[in-house]
Amino acid sequence: MALDANPPYLFPEYLITKKRSPERALVELPKGWFHTTPGPVFGQIPVLPGDDDLTIGHAGPPQGQRLSLTGRVLDSDGRGVPNALVEIWQANSAGRYTDAADPGFMPLDPNFTGAGRCLTDNDGNYRFFTIRPAAYAGPKGTMFRPAHIHFSLFGRTLSERLITQCYFAGDPLIEHDPIVNAIPDPKGRERLIAQFDAQTTPLMSGGDTSALAYTWDIVLRGASATPMED
Amino acid sequence: MTSDQSPSQTIGPMYGFALCEEGMDRAVAPDDPHAVTVTGVLLDGDGEPIQHPDALIEVWQGEQFARCRTDAFGRWSVLVRKPAQVPPLPGGKAQAPHLNVTVWARGLMKQAQTRLYFPDEAARNADDPVLALVEADRRPLLVAERESDRVLRFDIRIQGPRETVFFDF
Repeated sequence: MALDANPPYLFPEYLITKKRSPERALVELPKGWFHTTPGPVFGQIPVLPGDDDLTIGHAGPPQGQRLSLTGRVLDSDGRGVPNALVEIWQANSAGRYTDAADPGFMPLDPNFTGAGRCLTDNDGNYRFFTIRPAAYAGPKGTMFRPAHIHFSLFGRTLSERLITQCYFAGDPLIEHDPIVNAIPDPKGRERLIAQFDAQTTPLMSGGDTSALAYTWDIVLRGASATPMED
Repeated sequence: MTSDQSPSQTIGPMYGFALCEEGMDRAVAPDDPHAVTVTGVLLDGDGEPIQHPDALIEVWQGEQFARCRTDAFGRWSVLVRKPAQVPPLPGGKAQAPHLNVTVWARGLMKQAQTRLYFPDEAARNADDPVLALVEADRRPLLVAERESDRVLRFDIRIQGPRETVFFDF
């Protein structure tokens, strides 16, 4: 049985999982069957120039702390995954999503939408320019979420499909978040936290496009994510 | 041994503005003579619909890919073609035509992965090596029902007595 970095479906502290968690054991296919099943062909999802820069495309610059968020998409053997589709979405610097489902406690920013896309390069690198989203409170009775950016990834196979969230080092809410804490292994939780990169941040050069650099690698589940004794 | 894999997190309810664009619920053109609507409801453990905006469904096979949200009644619907054939498994075992179906939802900590098989393929379904791994009494849950000529129904129950068969991924 493969050790699983993923959270279980049921995590009672995150109340809504109680009725939304499959209870029957997942049907396991012989090794290699799913890992070689091609993933979705995502070519109809358009990736246009500038889709990786969430700070442009409006009348002016968005409110908030500018970030560059870069990293590599890797398979379980540590090799870069080229041509992976990365889709991101996030709240603005006040904690408001432009999505119609947002409860609307916080103001919209007319200069920020909060959705981006890119394809990884030949070495699996991705890069987004954006602003740091704020932590936000949901409707009454729901949790206060740490600042996060949602990531959706399409690799090459069915097992390389992932939706997750990227958090930011130093956020005191992370350790109290039931969605984070549903991940059983503390190392797994750490893997979702982007780190400030002083090397890449233009700390001494200034300029109106200066951005704090954060790095975050994403490791997709691939063929060798199963234990070696398998 | 633990894997270095980046763990999954719930999609949450506020992805629609980023992931859903007009027409993405169609893998084929609306006037495609072979287009089939696949529709169903997505239900939680109480049999209640998982409503808009909470759930995203992705359906794919070969060159086809479609994604859609459930509506206020938990209904979802995509336009696809029935694949004439699908690639064999490693080792060459033939598979019955099917669609891969992925469920994402607020409160679903990782995807729920299933397959839709076609009701007019009894013989090939009976020989399908993946269906053969499923307990016999649960296999019918993976076969869509024919609602009309061009409409197939495939309800997805996340939990409960008729829980949909989900696969490890």
